[in-house]
Amino acid sequence: GTWCPLNMSQQAVNGVSHRGKVLTLDSMNPNVKRVEYAVRGPIVQRAVQIEKELKEGVKKPFTEVIKANIGDAHAMGQKPITFLRQVLALCSYPELLEDNMFPEDAKKRARRILESCGGHSIGAYSASQGIECIRQDVARYIERRDGGIPSSPDNIYLSTGASDAIVTMLKLLVCGEGRSRTGVMISIPQYPLYSAALADLGAVQISYYLDEDKCWSLDVAELRRALNAARQHCNPRVLCIINPGNPTGQVQSRQCIEDVIRFAKEEHLFLMADEVYQDNVYAEGCKFHSFKKVLFEMGPEYSSTVEMASFHSTSKCYMGECGFRGGYMEVINMDPEVKAQLTKLVSVRLCPPVPGQALLDLVVNPPQPDEPSYTTFMKERTAVLAALAEKARLTEETFNTVPGITCNPVQGAMYTFPRITLPQKAIDKAKEEGQVPDMYYCMRLLEEEGICLVPGSGFGQREGTFHFRMTILPPTEKLKVVLQKIREFHLRFTQEFS
Amino acid sequence: MKQLEYVVLARRVSQIKEELRQGVRKPYKEVIDVSWGDPHRAGLKPLTFVRQVLSTCLYPELMNSNRLPADVRQRAQRLLGGCAGGSVGSYTATEGIPEIVHSVSEFITRRDGGVPSDPENIYISPGSQWALTNILNVLVNREASTRTGVLTPMPCHSATTLGIMGLGGVVVPYYLSEEQGWELQVEDLHQALESAKGVCNPVALYVINPGNPSGQVQSRKSMQEVIRFVSERRLFLLADEVYQDCIYGENSEFVSYKKVLTEMGPPLSDTVELASFHSASKGFMGECGLRGGYVELVNLDPAVLKYIKTLFSTDSCAPVLGQLALDLMMNPPQPGDPSYPLYDMETQHIRTTLVHNAKRAVSVLNSLQGFCCQPVEGGAFAFPRVYLPPKAIQKAKEVGMQPDTFYCIRLLEEAGLLFSAGCEYGQKEGTHHIRFCIMAPEDVMEELLKRLTSFHTQFMKEFS
Repeated sequence: GTWCPLNMSQQAVNGVSHRGKVLTLDSMNPNVKRVEYAVRGPIVQRAVQIEKELKEGVKKPFTEVIKANIGDAHAMGQKPITFLRQVLALCSYPELLEDNMFPEDAKKRARRILESCGGHSIGAYSASQGIECIRQDVARYIERRDGGIPSSPDNIYLSTGASDAIVTMLKLLVCGEGRSRTGVMISIPQYPLYSAALADLGAVQISYYLDEDKCWSLDVAELRRALNAARQHCNPRVLCIINPGNPTGQVQSRQCIEDVIRFAKEEHLFLMADEVYQDNVYAEGCKFHSFKKVLFEMGPEYSSTVEMASFHSTSKCYMGECGFRGGYMEVINMDPEVKAQLTKLVSVRLCPPVPGQALLDLVVNPPQPDEPSYTTFMKERTAVLAALAEKARLTEETFNTVPGITCNPVQGAMYTFPRITLPQKAIDKAKEEGQVPDMYYCMRLLEEEGICLVPGSGFGQREGTFHFRMTILPPTEKLKVVLQKIREFHLRFTQEFS
Repeated sequence: MKQLEYVVLARRVSQIKEELRQGVRKPYKEVIDVSWGDPHRAGLKPLTFVRQVLSTCLYPELMNSNRLPADVRQRAQRLLGGCAGGSVGSYTATEGIPEIVHSVSEFITRRDGGVPSDPENIYISPGSQWALTNILNVLVNREASTRTGVLTPMPCHSATTLGIMGLGGVVVPYYLSEEQGWELQVEDLHQALESAKGVCNPVALYVINPGNPSGQVQSRKSMQEVIRFVSERRLFLLADEVYQDCIYGENSEFVSYKKVLTEMGPPLSDTVELASFHSASKGFMGECGLRGGYVELVNLDPAVLKYIKTLFSTDSCAPVLGQLALDLMMNPPQPGDPSYPLYDMETQHIRTTLVHNAKRAVSVLNSLQGFCCQPVEGGAFAFPRVYLPPKAIQKAKEVGMQPDTFYCIRLLEEAGLLFSAGCEYGQKEGTHHIRFCIMAPEDVMEELLKRLTSFHTQFMKEFS
């Protein structure tokens, strides 16, 4: 590059002799500047700073920061599942296979996983698509889950968390220029990985609103409205749906899933079904229906034509093993030439972390009733899911007693996304401070109570409405305290700006 | 993007492994896979201390007994202290567990003889290629009217070139001089820039030292020339240094680009923008599968750094075991620690093995008619030139393969050796190469060289 930096003359004016940077705000990829990710954004950075201050002895109205911003169960005290960690320890240091501290079924699984690794080590690269026998196990798990509908290991791609696979798929799907640039439908509210990826790829975001008054359900009429409007300025090709939902927690009904599939077929859209919370279903009358299962039950007219990718992960459900970055996607009805491109794309990052792959293998291959670890495994799993269900209920119940906070039932996933009514004076004050109103609210809550939430503006919401996302993950006793503090804060805040 | 050559080989190797499992008779009992830079795959063992600590972190019950040495338990305790909820299953800060990021910066300072390193400029990522892709994403402007170019060596390993192309960038190759041990000569950098005129806007120079696939270790002088070049031509310097612990040549020494840059003093040391990459995948640990790497950013515009941080945040964080592996790499057992004697023995053994392998492979290859291999001073591979007879090239054409892929397929079928073909990496028109990993146990290397010798002699005779 022999072009001159834009700030060169300014520096010359200042008498500074050194030259401007090669990589500047002007020369850098403009798409990257549009990327935001609220879950780890400014409020979290302030929370980390406050934690530092507390450590240094600065006096505050609280003694710890409660990070209810991120879906991280272990960080909030949830214990890992014993069986999973036993097998992983054995894989990590196979000498332990000689140790009678570990049950036989754990050893058997460890040996099998090690057998499938290069040099019998979890430190060897795997194939970019993931270890073959683990993909086979994942395919069998999907078949069992979906009542026998066949799944091919060739259509399974292991990934570094579900996020990696989601971004990879979007990379593959986004193309075109100007009016023919790919449009991607995402829900409002949504998990901001999607909006971040679309910004990064320079894709067109097509927002469809979930219906807050109907428990955040999805309405095909709304999909149609959004799509038709979008056709004016882009080429819509993809429809993303998160079920169970994040941040909203709704579990879609079977009818709704059918309607979405029908819509995707009619409008020739690629379906991306984010199902990472599939085990996190709490509400009476709610059930997880996999998109693939519903697709196939709709008959060959749909099951042989609709192109789809579904995503799962080891970060949520009962395992909560976020730090392993384990996940997979299953692709359905993908064009073979596109698959070849996908294979090339995944090779750039070499391979997903092998411990994450091993962990996934255990999730799809848990202890069976006749195995020694079964009882403990089931007890632990049930306890985790029951605790989450109880916390979901407690959260909804408590927030709905607060005037100015309305909370939909937390049917599934790990979050609550209540709507907050903000006095006009508070909205004005936020403007003065140069912040969006719910960010202002959340920042005040952080400074006054040491509770870190994510403002609804980070996920998207209807104009003029405000929300926050809180995880339901803190231990029950702590959660009660958090809910109480938020209640008190909200009343104080409303009072202050009345 | 053209079809990846190794897919052809990978497919066939799966079939062969299955055939062997079913008892089909072949001239060999097992396939020796040296197609990746993967020490464990080739048979080298993980370091005991590392695996003991990791298993304890995974299953902290192991701390409640004396089965593992005291320093293992202490290290695990310290590392778990840096994990939220005391679990390796929690997310971490985007840039990595703060204590580990500090370890990395302290390591860099020690390695570079005191040159300060700011933890704020370090990001731990799922392997170094991941971090490289993120930095390239910031550099490559897909919206610009002229495409962005990145100078890369020819030959170069394909993950980087595919990464550049995948982001919509243009690969601008600069030739390495094979006859001078794959040396980087600054004239070739100038040549590359020339070739980019009217084609793209070059913004960065990617250099890998020690090399991949070439086994070259850059001299200080050459590195200074590169630094001067990027400064004059206003290029961002991407220095891939993952093989820095793999040095074999008697007269070879690794010095980091950051150190050389610092030694050159201002204005260069204050202005040249540099990203350097390292990883736990290579060296003595060879923990490729754990995906632990990092990037250190030097002299970047603070405004740009903010956006880089946000970009990394969308990946959440690097896998925790990979982060722990980095810490263990930066802070190995010290003399006096209970684990030190074993650690020392294991690493010395690996070092001796690799130095031996590097020499032996080059010597055997150069003793064979039709091979010419430059000295393997460092890195993970031997990358000999193969002088294929015209009849073999003809045959390859007939079966629709690149000539060196054809050689590799025959090598796989007849000798059970999985190498990779030079055409994957880029090479001068009319030349052919093969690449194989030399990070393997000595007996595996001997067996490999024996089979290769036998096959090669036979092959050359067949097509004479």
